[in-house]
Amino acid sequence: MSSILEVTNLSMHYETISGNVDAVKDVTFNVKQGESFGLVGESGCGKTSVAMTLLQLQPENGKISQGSIKFDSNEMIGLSENELRKIRWKGMSIVFQGAMNAWNPVVKVGEQIREAMREHSPNNSKSENTKKIRELFEMVGLDESVIERFPHELSGGMKQRAMIALALSCDPKLIIADEPTTALDVVIQDQILKEIRKVQEVFGLSLIYISHDIAVIAEMTDNMAVMYAGSIVELGKTEEIFKDPKHAYTRMLLESTPSIIGEKKKLRSLDGEPPTLINNDNKCLFSYRCPNPTNECKNRELDMELIKISSSHYVDKCCIDCE
Amino acid sequence: MTKILEVKNLEKHFEVSKGIFSRNKTIVKAVDGISFEILKGESLGLVGQSGCGKTTTARALSLLDPKTSGTILFNDSNDNSMINIDDLDEEGMKNFRRNIQMIFQDPYESLNPRWTIKDIILEPLNIHNIGSTEDREEAVKEILQTVGITPPENYLPRYPHELSGGQRQRVSIARTLIMKPRFLICDEPTSMLDVSIRISIMDLMMKLADDLDVSYLYITHDLAVARYMCNNIAVMFNGKLVEIAPTEELLQNPIHPYTKRLISSIPIPDPTYTRENYEIDFTELRSIKAANQDSSMIDLGNKHLLSTNEFEGLLY
Repeated sequence: MSSILEVTNLSMHYETISGNVDAVKDVTFNVKQGESFGLVGESGCGKTSVAMTLLQLQPENGKISQGSIKFDSNEMIGLSENELRKIRWKGMSIVFQGAMNAWNPVVKVGEQIREAMREHSPNNSKSENTKKIRELFEMVGLDESVIERFPHELSGGMKQRAMIALALSCDPKLIIADEPTTALDVVIQDQILKEIRKVQEVFGLSLIYISHDIAVIAEMTDNMAVMYAGSIVELGKTEEIFKDPKHAYTRMLLESTPSIIGEKKKLRSLDGEPPTLINNDNKCLFSYRCPNPTNECKNRELDMELIKISSSHYVDKCCIDCE
Repeated sequence: MTKILEVKNLEKHFEVSKGIFSRNKTIVKAVDGISFEILKGESLGLVGQSGCGKTTTARALSLLDPKTSGTILFNDSNDNSMINIDDLDEEGMKNFRRNIQMIFQDPYESLNPRWTIKDIILEPLNIHNIGSTEDREEAVKEILQTVGITPPENYLPRYPHELSGGQRQRVSIARTLIMKPRFLICDEPTSMLDVSIRISIMDLMMKLADDLDVSYLYITHDLAVARYMCNNIAVMFNGKLVEIAPTEELLQNPIHPYTKRLISSIPIPDPTYTRENYEIDFTELRSIKAANQDSSMIDLGNKHLLSTNEFEGLLY
């Protein structure tokens, strides 16, 4: 299958008074047509920064320093704002984290979706657009009366569903879902996940699913990347990574997740705080939290670099020998 | 086994006005007649969807909000008898408040931002007038050490905003434990925390509960967390208890459609595992109910209790 998105050596930093914050460091991954790809890691590891960089929606002080983003075989970096606007929503759309704050509180939900549709297909009439919104709402399990409601009249789950409808409104090829269920209840989360899976199947969409919850990633994705301190430390098929995690951080993430099936086991805590990302070299930032670092790693001699350990499984070379 | 806490028919209703000028008031039954008991040294997990009344139960139990009706019985440490908290005099009430403490959900909002860590932890000691000034300061340092904030001297003069989320929650725990309570109410203490620190806080709480012989009620919406933390689980829906059972019994052998539904919506951290899609089905519950018509909580054996409250039509 062909790749819909190819990200190569992408780096992005935020320029701040205290120095450059390397939020995305040398990130490389592919998303194939119709595939779902997971990004997992603790908060502050750069998951959302990756999502924003893909759409080039990062704040003004966020600078892309190197790399390429090829979407549908077209290079995205270097495009003008006008060209980017054409791709956002129509090619690549995003379901923002915390749908609570992603809506404009003084504009009706239907109008906000129509706004995006008007931008991308100006020739469609209002009634055509409304008809499409109705279809989308039915698909994500919302009543059509929601079109005429304001965001504050909706519950968290409803807002998130409407957000998914908005993301689908311009027939995108790729959806980035940035922690779409984090603020929601387990039961609602389950419904939203089903909804996302359903629309993905119906439209044959590609999906990038960002979450800190490894259980959700296990259910939703075919391939996944584990992020730590702005870098991808392990990349591969979801099943393979869960069965045979190679990086110590991945292992710790897996061992710190409680489950309701299987034997009740002692969970391992991920000790230590995430590292600061200001003015770092390219050495392994996990060494000080690593349960069993090699001497080379402890002395910070090794550069970070993903190496291939099977046809579809890559891991940071520094952590192959530890533990 | 002695009980530490027994709750009978606890109710908490709120009056909701329909408008500033309207005299019509609707009553919201946030907690609608729940009964349970917790044995000494045991822990009960209270799980349910958001808005089902978990936090209201906690606040009513800790007397932060007055209950509407119902009985709360608490173990008397002197003669091991159960005393009704409605019968307590002022002195007894003070003692009760000391013995029952609460850890709140949001460590960013439950600590006063203008107070130092020392003030925050010292306050309960000052209110209850325990020990001399030197003793109190010593106790604060000791408790900070216990919850893993070391060295305590460095943290005493700091303010909450200087600490990370995990450290703040540790301070919250220290503040409750300094009273040497016998019963703790934990209201989703880890839901605001990042994955990386969640387990260390959960482990800390379990270890301390064990060391200090504290029983606790643990409120969460995540059954996987409840399984890790608690001996027993009570499932709550719409202000009523649905099912109570020992943890593994409840997970292996759920009876109530809502419990089944809740269990089936927990994601499993295993990509090879496919969750089955549970459709609400009342048949089994109906037949059990028909066989036990006179009781409000049906005892299924193995400490497995099932509510006969009517939920059909409410679940979707």
